[in-house]
Amino acid sequence: MSYLLKRFGFYLLTAWAAVTINFFVPRMIPGDPVQALITKQRGQMTSESVRSLYVLFGLDKDESLASQYFSYLGQLLRGDLGLSFTFFPTPVAEVIGDGLPWTVGLVGITTVIGFLLGTAAGAVVGWRRGTWADSLIPVTTFVSSIPYFWLGLVAIALLTGPGSFFPASGAYAIGLVPNWDWQFIGSTVQHALLPAFTILVSSVSGWILSMRNMMVTVSSDDYVTVAHAKGLPERRVMLAYAARNALLPNVSGFALALGFIVGGTLLVEIVFSYPGLGLQLFQAVGAKDYPLLQGIFLIITLSVLLANLLADVAYLALDPRTRREG
Amino acid sequence: MRTNPKALTGLVALGFFALMAVVGPWLAPFDPSERSSALLQPPSAEHWFGTTHLGQDIFSQVLAGTRSVVLVGAIAGVVATVLSVLVGVTAGYLSGSAGEGLSALSNVFLVIPALPLIVIITSSLPETSNLTIALVIGLTSWAWNARVLRAQTLSLRRRDYVEAARANGESAWRIILFEIMPNLTAVIASGFVGTVLFAVVSEITLAFIGVSDAGGWNWGTVLYWAQSQQALAQGAWWWFVPAGLAIALLGTALSLVNFGIDEYVNPRLRNRFSMPGVRMRVGFTPVLPQDPKLAQKLETS
Repeated sequence: MSYLLKRFGFYLLTAWAAVTINFFVPRMIPGDPVQALITKQRGQMTSESVRSLYVLFGLDKDESLASQYFSYLGQLLRGDLGLSFTFFPTPVAEVIGDGLPWTVGLVGITTVIGFLLGTAAGAVVGWRRGTWADSLIPVTTFVSSIPYFWLGLVAIALLTGPGSFFPASGAYAIGLVPNWDWQFIGSTVQHALLPAFTILVSSVSGWILSMRNMMVTVSSDDYVTVAHAKGLPERRVMLAYAARNALLPNVSGFALALGFIVGGTLLVEIVFSYPGLGLQLFQAVGAKDYPLLQGIFLIITLSVLLANLLADVAYLALDPRTRREG
Repeated sequence: MRTNPKALTGLVALGFFALMAVVGPWLAPFDPSERSSALLQPPSAEHWFGTTHLGQDIFSQVLAGTRSVVLVGAIAGVVATVLSVLVGVTAGYLSGSAGEGLSALSNVFLVIPALPLIVIITSSLPETSNLTIALVIGLTSWAWNARVLRAQTLSLRRRDYVEAARANGESAWRIILFEIMPNLTAVIASGFVGTVLFAVVSEITLAFIGVSDAGGWNWGTVLYWAQSQQALAQGAWWWFVPAGLAIALLGTALSLVNFGIDEYVNPRLRNRFSMPGVRMRVGFTPVLPQDPKLAQKLETS
């Protein structure tokens, strides 16, 4: 239990660091973005929302840095992330709320599937080294060097078009209203297939490589030789002895690599115009929508921290040594 | 290293890209931003990679863009490597709360998603140039190497030769610089190569979503225009294929160099001893018959 508590403390520290970065970064923005927005909206903003944006950007010159920081923290705790510039006057929290389910659905599911598939393939390739399986390695190296978004562009060029089964953009057919009937779910799955496939192809190769290298290292350890000497079936030695131990660094690697992967997959959303956080990030950069940018960064960081906590629980289940007290 | 074909291939390819970074802008047959009347032309003898919607030559854009890509990759790689050595080795060598604190710091930077962080910082900066982008990437992407270096330093710190140096009264600085650092060279080199790869992909990604050096070209800017002008819907495959392949080739070259370093450090990963027909079972030493007749007999049986 103390292991999990320690991890939890670390994630709290990281969340605080992300919030603090979010507090200081907007201070570099040149000029007064809020004033520019007020001019653009010609007085349609309530004084309350102007005030909230000033706190967000740290433009309150009368207050000290410390009191600015605490009013910012207080605002965050109330769930107030400011107003989006692009979707004015919708609050940032609401805009993100619209995009988050799509991202969690697409990126979350494909990342986990990619990890499982890649690890399984890597275990086999690592176990059968010196055979044809080794020729997979140069291919996976090449594929893992391709940026996710470019693979998406190629997929769109090759597989979509008039008359194709795969739609090139969006998350569901135009004209459908999101609800839980079969027509809508079917359309959602149809739209998600190609982006999901793109993420899978580029993320799987990384897992294959790391799992393969761990398998190669582990399989020359003494306990594997002993298992062989005992005459255990090959399958059993591979899965229950070598793979079981090679898996541990891969699981902790999964937690650490999550931040990188999520960044890459957000771009797949941009390419496919998939209405998740990635597309919103793209729109926010184009429109210089700072509150939305900050909000998205914060939400992505918190989601990654949560996923890390889940990976820790999985590690705890896999490795009995971490459960030992003391 | 000389006998490692993977690393050699990677180094040759890297040399090619470095050369292009220097001479690319001069070799380019056209000014990459210059418009012409040849709008959206497929590849031809005059325009090797075709043209854009404004009649710009894509071959020149890709050539001229190499410089920015290599420059940002190199600067970010150096900045991140220096930081990771400072943080990682210090955290590994110091015991107690100072080491723990530095280690926690690098873990925090590791867990925060790097790309969204780089995006919010660069888009908040007053101006974006190749240098500022490289610095932001370098300052945010050192954590992985710091972690690896700390683990390695921790294991070196208690080795006999380090204890001996300490017993001889050598100063901490001398021990770190002359006893520990030489044994970290391979780890540092592989970390540098990995960071360059990350920096290159990050820069291109940033340019693709619209954050790039004002007025300059890189492979991501080419892709940005291809995407925003709906190159795909117009069937202009030549607009995005060359830049993407260039990224993948540079990435593969860097990965190959890293494989070479990995195999140099960890001999178990080497494949040099595998021969056709001999199934290597790790943990067993294959005994090969020397007599050719016997070998033939074994094969036919």
